[in-house]
Amino acid sequence: MDWITTVDHKKIAILYLWAGGFFFGIGGLEAILIRIQLIKPMNTFLDAQTFNELITMHGTTMIFLGVMPVIFALMNAIIPLQIGARDVAFPFLNALGFWTFLFGGLLLNLSWVMGGAPDAGWTAYTPLSSTTYSATHGVDFYTIGLQIAGLGTLIGGINFLATIITMRAPGMSYMRMPMFAWATFITSAIILFAFPAITVGLVLLTFDRILGANFFNPETGGNPVLWQHIFWIFGHPEVYILILPAFGIISEVIPTFSRKRLFGYSSMVFATLLIAFLGFMVWAHHMFTTGLGPVANALFSVSTMLIAVPTGIKIFNWLFTMWGGQVRFTTPNLFAVGFIPTFTMGGVTGVMLASAPADFQFHDTYFVVAHFHYVIVGGLVLGLFAGLHYWWPKMFGRMLSETLGKWTFWTFIIGFHLTFFVQHFLGLMGMQRRVFTYLPNQQFDTLNLVSTVGAGLMGVGMLIFLWNIYITSRKPADAADDPWEDGRTLEWTISSPPPEYNFKQTPLVRGIDAFWKEKLAGHQAMTPSEPVGSIHMPSATLLPFLMSVGIFIAGLGFMFSRDTFGSDVLGFLFNNYIVTGLGLVITFGSMLLRSLFDDHGWHIEPEELEGR
Amino acid sequence: MTTVHAEAGKSALPHEPEKATLEGRNKVLAFWLFLGGEAVLFGTLFATFLALRNSTNDGPSAAELFHLPLVAAATFLLLASSLTSVFAIQAMHRNKPAELRNWLIITVVLGAAFLGLEIYEFSVYVRHEEFGMTTSAFSSAFYTLVGFHGAHVAFGIVWIAILIGQLARKGLTVVTAPKIYVSAMYWHFIDVVWVFIFTVVYLLGKVG
Ligand code: HEM
Ligand SMILES: [Cu+2]
Repeated sequence: MDWITTVDHKKIAILYLWAGGFFFGIGGLEAILIRIQLIKPMNTFLDAQTFNELITMHGTTMIFLGVMPVIFALMNAIIPLQIGARDVAFPFLNALGFWTFLFGGLLLNLSWVMGGAPDAGWTAYTPLSSTTYSATHGVDFYTIGLQIAGLGTLIGGINFLATIITMRAPGMSYMRMPMFAWATFITSAIILFAFPAITVGLVLLTFDRILGANFFNPETGGNPVLWQHIFWIFGHPEVYILILPAFGIISEVIPTFSRKRLFGYSSMVFATLLIAFLGFMVWAHHMFTTGLGPVANALFSVSTMLIAVPTGIKIFNWLFTMWGGQVRFTTPNLFAVGFIPTFTMGGVTGVMLASAPADFQFHDTYFVVAHFHYVIVGGLVLGLFAGLHYWWPKMFGRMLSETLGKWTFWTFIIGFHLTFFVQHFLGLMGMQRRVFTYLPNQQFDTLNLVSTVGAGLMGVGMLIFLWNIYITSRKPADAADDPWEDGRTLEWTISSPPPEYNFKQTPLVRGIDAFWKEKLAGHQAMTPSEPVGSIHMPSATLLPFLMSVGIFIAGLGFMFSRDTFGSDVLGFLFNNYIVTGLGLVITFGSMLLRSLFDDHGWHIEPEELEGR
Repeated sequence: MTTVHAEAGKSALPHEPEKATLEGRNKVLAFWLFLGGEAVLFGTLFATFLALRNSTNDGPSAAELFHLPLVAAATFLLLASSLTSVFAIQAMHRNKPAELRNWLIITVVLGAAFLGLEIYEFSVYVRHEEFGMTTSAFSSAFYTLVGFHGAHVAFGIVWIAILIGQLARKGLTVVTAPKIYVSAMYWHFIDVVWVFIFTVVYLLGKVG
């Protein structure tokens, strides 16, 4: 119950972590099944329909329900601490964001047991995703599930923006903010401007499928390429929503374990801003082969290649940070260092793909699959591993085992390169993506086998990580405040895990890497910016959970509103939108309750604070 | 924060009560951000509409369909309601709760009248012109864009109505003021969107 009603950002972080981990596990299983099917030519392990469902759900689950929540977990756990805040700007909305994400994700995955998963690819290209070619409810689960989950992401983004804008500790100017906070800030801004586009896209597709609208149906005047534009106007910025937080994590981990300031801090900030800005101008590089014409292709090609410039700046700054530093290869740092070459390789293939004429060759082959896995897994997932190992003691008060951590790293990264490196060659040799099998003796056989073995090894790495978590959770929670001893930012100045109110006294920030600066000056702790006083806390509430349940019910109701049912009662309830209405009543009722009864919260008094 | 609220007597209300507390400032800021997202949302809907507005699939076209006088009347009502919501905020800043309430009520009534006209308009199209959601890509885009706006109006009406109730129960305080302020921002936003709809959907549909 505690967990269902909590509005504490640190607990919500843990909720995000478990939920994200859960979906990550599902996505991982799907991946393993896909790789088993492709282990040899003409395999009959899966049929084509199941394969389509698996690749669709694998991509969708991983991006929206796997890595995004883990990113949000780290942001929630760390951002208020890093900027010296007692809380986020909207604790209630924070909880609401989590629950809508979770129920959206559950709805999407219900499709497995309710008559067929989505099968039109994670991009749901029309007309493949129309009822003509995808007649089960699968794509409805996709549109409505993602809609609900996306609502949560949008709420989270606005919350982080407001938190970072208004709740920084005194002295923490923008140009003193840790890079992870910057990354969160900019990522949230991208979320704010990218997610509404997919919101509309999903609505239109839902209307096409459930209400018989004609947006994407060419026979009635609709336009399938419109879907691609809307999808990628969201979709390309989305890849930066994924990678910028990883950049932020790497920029925290590398300086800490190099005992040096981040090289080129301000250029890092501006590179991040530039990447975010350019990220909105390049969406059509996913559409070179749809026939936009040479002018459009050339423009999008050049603008895409431009992004390599700020990205390169970042790579060199990390290298220069390590240069001449006292580098310690702890597990987090191993992941961070492993990130650099791996992500760079993904960037290089990105530039190759950005060349429109070349893309006619690469498009829809395993080369693209290799590219985006190098950036998403080799970039983001390695970054998340670095962040999780780095901040685990802060979140849970327990150090993960370094030995197991190193095992995780080596098995995972070797497995990763085995899996995806060879896919570049498969792609260049012409193996198509999204096809459930291939003919023998096209020289695809060995490389596919290698790829599947590599995937197995990555799975082993994940299991070692889970084992590490399990072992660690049985140890006493005795991590030091600053367990890596070279902590540079504010989160390391308070206990691990932090008290409910984070900071007894808001710290005074005197420079970049606030804590490091105090250490250099010979201080053990931050100078407070205020006397000890009574701290206001928001109260726990069930309403965010209820609102999300309501949306979930409404979504299901709407999805089945046009179905015929065996039972009259069910038919009556669904066809007359009674179920939908019930869900909406729950949601809006909860909103009404929220608005009628002010939440005054409660206070922690100074005596209590001193009592610790 | 809360203690301020508890003690805030009538005379103690600050000049800009919506920004008197951190919570209030956060709310206003976050609402600006939210409106940024809403702008993208409507932008995408407009783009969709523009892409599909000539795809009539042998159904009625914009020029055949629209009755500008009706739409102009609706526009007038909505614009007027924006003005009255400005008066409401001015009354709030002068700490006149009764006046504030009256202006809010007028705003809601005008909004409801707009919505009524829109529903009437849609019903005419559906019943007499055989122009429904499924008729053509143009019809789908039309109903979705204009309907989304209408849903926003409906939500705003209910929201402001609830705030009027709250105002009656709790008075004008640093807790209720940010809510009222933010709802007025929302209402202006809806109004601006409508100006675009009027131009892009109706005027452009009639003349070009
Ligand atoms: C930074 C992290 C990045 C991520 C997460 C990412 C992700 C992706 C994804 C998911 C796709 C596949 C789209 C599909 O389903 O067809 C893709 C394709 C593509 N990426 Fe990236 N990418 C990243 C970086 C880059 C960079 C740095 C470039 C170029 C400088 C780039 C250029 C491209 C191009 C041109 C395609 C289209 C290939 C095609 O479909 O034929 N990407 N990327
Ligand atoms: Cu892209």
